[in-house]
Amino acid sequence: MQISFPVKKAYFLGTCLADMIYPETGLAGMRLLEREGVETIFPLEQSCCGWPAYNAGYRREAMAVARAQLKAFPDPDCPIVAPSASCAAMMRIQYPKLFEHEPDVHEMLQLASRVYELGDFLLNVLQVRYQDQGEPIRVTWHSSCHALRDLDVARHAKALLRQLENVELADLEGEEECCGFGGIFSIRQPELSAAMAYDKIEAIQNAQAARVIVGECGCMLNIAGVMDKLRIPIACQHFADFIWERIGGENV
Amino acid sequence: MSKRLPDPLRERIQAALLNEEQRACRKRVLADFRSRREERFADAAEFARLRAMAREIKRRALHMLPDLLQQFEENAAKNGIMVHWAETAGEANEIIWTLIRKHGGKKIIKGKSMVSEETGLNINLTAKGARPVETETGEFIRQLCNEPPAHVVSSICHKSRQDVGRLFEKKLNSPYTDDIDRLCQSAQKVLRGHFREADIGISGVNFAVASSGALVLVENEGNVRMSSTLPDMHIALMSLEKVIPDFSDLPPLLLLLSGSATGQRAPAYVSVIRGPRGAQEKDGPRQVHLVILDNGRSRILADRELRQALQCIRCGACMNYCPVFGRIGGQAYGSPYPGPIGSVLWPQIQGLHRRGDLPFLSTLCGACAEACPAGIPLQSLLERLRDEAHTSQGVVRGSGSARRPGESVFWRIWELSHTRPVLNTLTGGILGKFLRFAPRLGSLRAWTICRSKPRFARKNLHQMLRKRRNQK
Ligand code: SF4
Repeated sequence: MQISFPVKKAYFLGTCLADMIYPETGLAGMRLLEREGVETIFPLEQSCCGWPAYNAGYRREAMAVARAQLKAFPDPDCPIVAPSASCAAMMRIQYPKLFEHEPDVHEMLQLASRVYELGDFLLNVLQVRYQDQGEPIRVTWHSSCHALRDLDVARHAKALLRQLENVELADLEGEEECCGFGGIFSIRQPELSAAMAYDKIEAIQNAQAARVIVGECGCMLNIAGVMDKLRIPIACQHFADFIWERIGGENV
Repeated sequence: MSKRLPDPLRERIQAALLNEEQRACRKRVLADFRSRREERFADAAEFARLRAMAREIKRRALHMLPDLLQQFEENAAKNGIMVHWAETAGEANEIIWTLIRKHGGKKIIKGKSMVSEETGLNINLTAKGARPVETETGEFIRQLCNEPPAHVVSSICHKSRQDVGRLFEKKLNSPYTDDIDRLCQSAQKVLRGHFREADIGISGVNFAVASSGALVLVENEGNVRMSSTLPDMHIALMSLEKVIPDFSDLPPLLLLLSGSATGQRAPAYVSVIRGPRGAQEKDGPRQVHLVILDNGRSRILADRELRQALQCIRCGACMNYCPVFGRIGGQAYGSPYPGPIGSVLWPQIQGLHRRGDLPFLSTLCGACAEACPAGIPLQSLLERLRDEAHTSQGVVRGSGSARRPGESVFWRIWELSHTRPVLNTLTGGILGKFLRFAPRLGSLRAWTICRSKPRFARKNLHQMLRKRRNQK
């Protein structure tokens, strides 16, 4: 899709996880867009990108849900921004493949071409500049697999974090290794998923950071869940929440 | 209470996870493989170029595989190689056993061959009273322990040199040492005896060149060359996708194979076998046989997407980068080909009704596909097989066999609630309230083994924004 500047309007894809578990993250993402003068629309008709069923091997069900999103984001000139690379990757990469032989492939292609991951959109489309208002803090960053390998947008979110003057970004050992969530995998192989998550948590502790910042609600659910159970006092936060807090946004 | 089905895969995984020593060894070995590979391909553009070439070569070869195989067979026959076709693993073993028996073979030596693991050749020959000896050092060791290979390149990536020292002390009566050179010498001493006596040599094949009917064998120790030249009869076993059109296709494949496997610029030994010893020649086997195995591959070949799994050159890189493989090792998979490629290939060969569990043994993180020098989209293929496991309209053997009524109903309800906005808001709200008090059963129980229960928001985003919209 060809974006016309200045960007006046964007759809916000809430993602099912942000919707049910991390609504503040969704709000923070929307505020970050609105702060740049973009009218941000949250269509109430949206539900989920379909990834959970796709991941579990239920394509037919995933496609039905994917199709339902067409109605939620009707304006063909309006970009769709998601605070999660897995949802963005599902729409951008999988929709065209899934609907390759379907009659509505063109609509789905059109939809797919409008999808952006939040960090990518903020940095490269809106070209934001952030002024850090917070106290000095040391944080570390975990790259989600979809952000890293499917969309190659992890570096954009990191670049946003680097704009924040008082934020020290500590390296995370094994930053690019999966945290062990993997959707249905965490349910089917809980011990193995735990082994991967424990290694991730150990690396996070070794980074000596006050918080671990992520760009994916799935990773957040996993990493925060394990740290909570182990009573490790390191916060896991989405970059949207973190940036909004650092630039002095009022409570969401 | 419903009876819980035994899950052998999950049991093997649990055992592997608890084996701290093996995990530590494996972690070291795989990290070493990765860093060598990264050093070798520090130039990302070079890697991308080679990979694109390799992918094209393999794709083209698969596209015209029937013709290539025919051309290869004709040329191989001209060279004096006797070609045998095996539809199934059992047939391949039978052909090999008949050849050995007719020849009156007494001592069989083997070079590392994954396809012989696929057919279960060693077990089969042993059952018939033969005693094939693996001659690659790692394979020799794992055979001494009576274990299957743990990796397509490094069969013993989970063993320390102390482990090997203790093993040799017990089985070879050599004094304990953990010095690698001395351990290798001990193994060599035993193996030399076998090489001298052997009258049958069995090997795999890395590439078969159609235009000249030659076999290309790649290795680092020289044992494959010995196994294919010293004994009177050489039997090579290969799966049918190994054929490439021409020698000119070989260089990029060799560079990628050795670079991805061990970070080497070139393998230490590349043997090109054109046939048995000629009339004027003083050495080499008098008979060379080639067994070409299908074992379900024609069926894989028929599907354009799934066919890509046959581009594999068995470098092992996908295993070295896989976070799952790194933690459980190859043996836990219960498949001759472990790791991501194994989880793509083996369910197709065995059928999803037998190994439909393997495509789910992945977080779909994509590290495998990123590393694969043959450009196989391993992650997409795993996703495809997950779907095949549930759909009755699939093309893979045993498709639809993983369908369970409970699970299907769950996803059907999920679909319903996510295609109807009203239902979505409703279920979202109910879930948020209900899950707070839900007992830890089923999926929730699995999830909470290492995590707290997810805390659903009191008001979900939809509810919050509906209010905001109404206020405007
Ligand atoms: S799938 Fe790719 S990375 Fe894995 S062994 Fe085969 S060629 Fe190597």
